Amino acid sequence: MINLSIRQLSEMLQEQQISAQELCAVYYDRCVAHNETTHALITQRQELCAAEMLQAEKGIETGQLLAGIPLAHKDLFCTRGIKTTCGSKMLAEFIPPYDATAVARLKHAGMINLAKTNMDEFAMGSSNEHSAFNPVNNPWDLSRVPGGSSGGSAAAVAARMVPVATGSDTGGSIRQPAAFCGITGIKPSYGRVSRYGMVAFASSLDQGGVMAVSADDCGLVLAAMTGHDPLDSTSAPEKPLQWKKPNDTSLKGLKVGVTQVWIDSLQDGGVKKRTLEAIEYFKQQGAEIIDINLPHADLAVSAYYVLAPAECSSNLSRFDGVRFGHQANDAHNLESLYRQSRSEGFGSEVKKRIMIGAWALSAGYYDAYYLKAQKVRRLISEDFKQAFAEVDVIACPVSPELPFKHGEKADGVSMYQADKFTIPASLAGLPCLSMPIGFSEGLPVGLQLIGGYFDEQSILSVADKYQQDHDHHLRIPEAFV
Amino acid sequence: MNALPKNLGDRWEMVIGLEIHVRLDTNSKLFSGMKASYGASPNSQVSFLDAGLPGTLPVINQKALAYAIRFGLAVDAEIPPVTIFARKNYFYPDLPKGYQISQMDDPIVGKGHIEITTEAGEKVIEITRAHLEEDAGKSIHDKYDRYSAIDLNRAGTPLIEVVSEPQMSNAKEAVAYMREIYTRVTHLGICDGNLQEGSFRCDANVSVRPKGEKELGTRAEIKNLNSFRFIEKAINFEAKRQIKLLEAGDKVIQETRLYDADKDQTRSMRSKENANDYRYFPDPDQLPIRITEEMIEAQRQCLPEFPAQKIQRYVDELGLKADDAMIIANDINMSTFFEASGKQSKAQADLNAKFLLGEFSALLNTQGQSIEDSRIDVVSYAGLLDEIESGAISRKVAKQVLDEMWESGKSASEIITSKGLGQISDVSALNELIAQVIADNPSQVADYRSGNTKMFNYFIGQIMKQTKGQANPVQTKQLLEELLNE
Repeated sequence: MINLSIRQLSEMLQEQQISAQELCAVYYDRCVAHNETTHALITQRQELCAAEMLQAEKGIETGQLLAGIPLAHKDLFCTRGIKTTCGSKMLAEFIPPYDATAVARLKHAGMINLAKTNMDEFAMGSSNEHSAFNPVNNPWDLSRVPGGSSGGSAAAVAARMVPVATGSDTGGSIRQPAAFCGITGIKPSYGRVSRYGMVAFASSLDQGGVMAVSADDCGLVLAAMTGHDPLDSTSAPEKPLQWKKPNDTSLKGLKVGVTQVWIDSLQDGGVKKRTLEAIEYFKQQGAEIIDINLPHADLAVSAYYVLAPAECSSNLSRFDGVRFGHQANDAHNLESLYRQSRSEGFGSEVKKRIMIGAWALSAGYYDAYYLKAQKVRRLISEDFKQAFAEVDVIACPVSPELPFKHGEKADGVSMYQADKFTIPASLAGLPCLSMPIGFSEGLPVGLQLIGGYFDEQSILSVADKYQQDHDHHLRIPEAFV
Repeated sequence: MNALPKNLGDRWEMVIGLEIHVRLDTNSKLFSGMKASYGASPNSQVSFLDAGLPGTLPVINQKALAYAIRFGLAVDAEIPPVTIFARKNYFYPDLPKGYQISQMDDPIVGKGHIEITTEAGEKVIEITRAHLEEDAGKSIHDKYDRYSAIDLNRAGTPLIEVVSEPQMSNAKEAVAYMREIYTRVTHLGICDGNLQEGSFRCDANVSVRPKGEKELGTRAEIKNLNSFRFIEKAINFEAKRQIKLLEAGDKVIQETRLYDADKDQTRSMRSKENANDYRYFPDPDQLPIRITEEMIEAQRQCLPEFPAQKIQRYVDELGLKADDAMIIANDINMSTFFEASGKQSKAQADLNAKFLLGEFSALLNTQGQSIEDSRIDVVSYAGLLDEIESGAISRKVAKQVLDEMWESGKSASEIITSKGLGQISDVSALNELIAQVIADNPSQVADYRSGNTKMFNYFIGQIMKQTKGQANPVQTKQLLEELLNE
């Protein structure tokens, strides 16, 4: 059962071979059984919500495809009445009085929220070691990191504690953990999924997305999350995504762009080998492989680590201990309240980024850093625009390396460099996904597919085709079968 | 405090620029959709966004945007095709998000100008820019012993900040400028103009320099002036303070100062060294906003007639005296009442103006009521004017009827009929009355007829006495003359 697709589960529910209650119980038990080893979850719901069950049952009756399917939300999606910690001590006890739009939409579709998943604090990190709670362990090797920041969601799906989870991606936070955990994860185009109710890290980059077993599962759940939201000014006016699983699965004539320089630069032989194999598969299927050039992509990490911290330094100012969140209890005046609450509430990575960001925005440095980074961002968008004049999708690595060991990357800059293949598409606001393309040294390897703006359909279709001919995405780590 | 004494004025000149904060009179806040009315109980008008809760996002209030455009058109300003919101970052408990959403580059209103009039004549003052921003909440420091209280009702209410060029050279000009902006925003219907509630407040940048000097001196910014009187006093005090420093060989330091109206002096609030670095950057929660020709045109259609144009029209087309026209036109509520009653009544506009500024204003003053919520409405007032115009009652009686109307809520015609206050305009009745008076006073008649024309008024007095002032004065005069000279 734990390897069935959402369509298959849905069919079972519709045909009453299983009830929503029973299906949730299966996954609920797995959450309880595997959280000890993975730490994938921060909050598990003690009992299922009656209103959600009712909505699910109604949905099953009316044939709604997602009705009755359980899921988990990354702990930065606000969930009404359920603790939303954002992986931070600052919000350890925060219970939002509202649902994020994405949460509300999935609830409306009849999905049942089982848990809130672990994450790097305020979504800042690529290893999940920056969670204020226990660091998440990679189900494929518990001594290794699951990637980040949506590492909890990735590990939860990899260990089949839930069939699907939401995630969020600012510079790679869905794709890299999906790759590290051997699952499929999609970050849609910027503006596709409402950011209302997602605790902000970097507003101009944050996007909610989906992490699941297959591209088809991702497409189904993502479609239900999309559509214009009047509560988010950056939400695009476009109609919701209509994910259509293609009938004609041929890749003949598809133009696949490949960033050969990126592949050449790969130090890890296993990652390189799997990447080349996947591209070879596209070629075998009749796709045309075109080497593309993204001349400014090398500057992406530098630009990102100015822009994202700049935005976060401002976004995180509201956590001042005055109205909600952690409040220092021995402050003696306003300034010490601010200082102590923030010093105690935020972890080191968050503090570091706030400091970088505040500095980059400060008088005298703004032009040299923030403005320059914005220019680089525009150039990178232009690079992609030119590339997409020639190709339908771009295939490239997600991460330059295999999942690393806990504590292995102590130095921040090398951790930041690990995002070098995921950040460019984030800066350009393009849809992108990561799908499993095999293993090296027993650890999963992912491939990134990037699509044109608002063309989620193409990358999902290509991934779906790949997954019909391969079963890497169906592999489950032994300890969790 | 007065303007610069002559000895100082000969050596020094002031340079003044103003930043005026205008609260926009919208139903809801700038970004949250929450109600924005004044005086509600503390923290009763606070949305999740206003409280800065995580995950909440700003969505621009289209009405506030429209009002800002309307203001721009009213000061002949450029309206850019795209406007951008920016964050101004600083920590304060009444600023829940830790930043204020304001504008830096590409404000909604670009360069504009207005003309001001002082005793010295007319002068054009250039407006540098005007931008939209949200107000902060209110900190209350004097309510509890060990704590400050925060009321977030005001947090997020829409303001436009209007920045002038430093082109005013004395406090009188600054006041004239402030008044002119005030008149425009109230006439535009975008601000309720309530100074006590802080709907219109001003920061003044004041510096002095030796007369003839081109370079600007170091300025001080006087914060939060919300009265026309205080701004004049504050500027004059501040200029003299700076001159005194400079003449003693000291330096003026760039700082923010507060004006203490009780002591009539300014005092330092914070110096530039302690000033915040606000780390402005474009608000990533909002895309740049496109301002279309249609949006601008729609606001152009909403532009009202301004007092200067109105005065001209009142004098040229309605035949009002310039002084009367000015008083009425400069008060939006009074001119609205004047024009509405003019439409309702057949009375001459001049009579309307005189009665409005005279008897009616006097009554409102005594009753302590403002014209916009006067107990006597436009229709009743117009009815009274018609009674005067038709000659049914004199203005003297009209005053009495007006008081009655106020007390009883009845119409003028009802009161006149029931109290028998109608003027006697019937020629035969008047003739009979006058004949009787002439017959009763033979010696006075002889006196008049022998050339003592002053006696005419004696007869008028007698007639008025007998009619209790109800005889139509114009007709009485005419008929009396005829009968006496027979």
